[in-house]
Amino acid sequence: MIHEVLSRFPREETYLIEILRAIIDAHPSHVITEAQMKEVASYLNITQSKVSSTVSFYSLLSDTPKGKYVIQVCRDVPCYVSDSTSIVSTLESLLAIKIGQTTYDGLFTLEFVSCLGCCDHAPAMRINSTTYSDLTPTKVKAIIHGLREAKP
Amino acid sequence: MIEMKLISKRCGIINPQSIQDFIKHDGFSVLERVIKNPDHQYLSEIEVSRLRGRGGAGFPVATKINAFAKETCDAKYIIMNADEGEPGNFKDKYLMEKDPFGLIEGMVLVAYLTQATHGYIYLRGEYLQARTLLENALDLARKEHYLGKNIRQSSYDFDIEIRMGAGSYVCGEEFALIESIEGKPGRTRVKPPFPTSVGLFGKPTLIQNVETFQTIPFIIDIGGSAYQKIGTKSSTGTKLISLSGNVLHKGVYEVPFGIPIRTVIDELGGGMEHNRKLKMVQLGGACGPIIPDYMLDMIIDFERFEEFDSKTGAGAIIVMDDRFSIFDILIRIVTFFEHESCGKCTPCREGHQQLRIILSRFVRKQAGIEDMIALESLARVMHQTSLCGLGQSSPTAIISTLRYFRDDYIDRLDHLG
Ligand SMILES: Cc1cc2nc3c(=O)[nH]c(=O)nc-3n(C[C@H](O)[C@H](O)[C@H](O)COP(=O)(O)O)c2cc1C
Ligand code: SF4
Ligand code: FES
Repeated sequence: MIHEVLSRFPREETYLIEILRAIIDAHPSHVITEAQMKEVASYLNITQSKVSSTVSFYSLLSDTPKGKYVIQVCRDVPCYVSDSTSIVSTLESLLAIKIGQTTYDGLFTLEFVSCLGCCDHAPAMRINSTTYSDLTPTKVKAIIHGLREAKP
Repeated sequence: MIEMKLISKRCGIINPQSIQDFIKHDGFSVLERVIKNPDHQYLSEIEVSRLRGRGGAGFPVATKINAFAKETCDAKYIIMNADEGEPGNFKDKYLMEKDPFGLIEGMVLVAYLTQATHGYIYLRGEYLQARTLLENALDLARKEHYLGKNIRQSSYDFDIEIRMGAGSYVCGEEFALIESIEGKPGRTRVKPPFPTSVGLFGKPTLIQNVETFQTIPFIIDIGGSAYQKIGTKSSTGTKLISLSGNVLHKGVYEVPFGIPIRTVIDELGGGMEHNRKLKMVQLGGACGPIIPDYMLDMIIDFERFEEFDSKTGAGAIIVMDDRFSIFDILIRIVTFFEHESCGKCTPCREGHQQLRIILSRFVRKQAGIEDMIALESLARVMHQTSLCGLGQSSPTAIISTLRYFRDDYIDRLDHLG
């Protein structure tokens, strides 16, 4: 997988973040492993610590594995005043986990995220690369139900 | 009509995936005209227009563009700052999704007038839909020779690449953005030198906001002196407003500068949801001031905003009703900045944590008068000593509430409870 991803990019440092994003996108647990960071460092001819400091700086890059579906609920003010707290509590009770945790079956991770730029359709959340807006508890239940059904 | 759709006139009207549709609605006509008559002093039109940047700081655009145009170097870069990440702002996303070709025209036009060699769009990591539309627009523009080698049969070459961020608000700051495109963590540098002389890869670099690029073809089209008649004396032209919160009709609206905030909320926003009572409004975005109802007759204008000792911000208006206390809101704002601080300087790195701890005492009604004093002095120190705009402007919300909502603070002091 990693070699296929790397081959799509020139060997220039300016592509580091694009490369790391592509690796995360291709990984089922949304993570960049130690071994992958090593490969990236040698591909771009930079130190591994440079790669890992970049990974730890950006919130869309991660070195800890997550669930198959990463649910990120916006915690900023425009969503908060449109009742994002009820979205969080609905998700916490549906999934029986708290913000920051992953379900036992490894299917869902629940996180907070900064403003998603959908404040005119608040409250909003993102699951992997799909954004959902104008949320209500009912809508959230249907979305989670749909994802559980889709489980292979 | 309160709305004045000048730079957003194509938004919602054209198919953002069709270059033919764009051309049918005057698209690329300004660029064509400029390439055919290269001798006119177009940059002086921008100067006459008195356009100020639309990304938050409101810096005079001509000053930056002229400095950049004078640089002679084998490589000169133009970057469109599309990192929009401040809570409450979504107008750049709107432009990118509704009129992506318009932004390309703006960038190529500025590049041509300043003889830049290469362009980047630094796009917020979460804006995937905008990326797809921009990539499609770049491809089609290349096919029609509005981009690439020998643009419209001229001898000028220029191309644009997209670089995505990866979830970091501070990367919208110019030097942090440059570091990010270079493949590093987004931490700012000490200025000067400014990016227009030593920027990306050590070369002269011009960074402007999405809306700024969208405005420039319009100015060239109608001329600088016609443009500066729109709006107010200190703030010419129109501004895109991102309206959100507890109003009925949230969304992006283009209005001339000089419109009262209340008019935007009542007439464009349709007033409050469920007829609730308005408690406060945050202006600009998370780093802007929070003001009470009685101040809403204030007009949208750079000079007026400077009274709060803050930057204009990017044009967000976040409306909150009286179910919310200022502390619920401030805690969230401080948490946002604490999370987004790059950690390079102490006032910001340590300050946000301290602010949050003090504010949480107000939330729990366990604060003392000394907390109020500490909050005020800490906020001022951060404002004055932080290295970049993040730490300098993040305390604005606190400073403004201490001024306009002093009773709310007093109410939460425990010895009075
Ligand atoms: C923390 C921080 C975040 C910023 N984020 C953005 C942003 O997302 N978009 C933007 O255009 N400008 C942002 N700015 C302002 C830029 O540094 C810069 O002033 C702007 O891109 C210049 O373009 P303009 O003059 O056209 O506004 C940010 C500044 C700071 C300090
Ligand atoms: S003010 Fe904050 S974000 Fe800016 S350089 Fe200092 S620590 Fe980094
Ligand atoms: S505040 Fe939630 S999407 Fe902007």
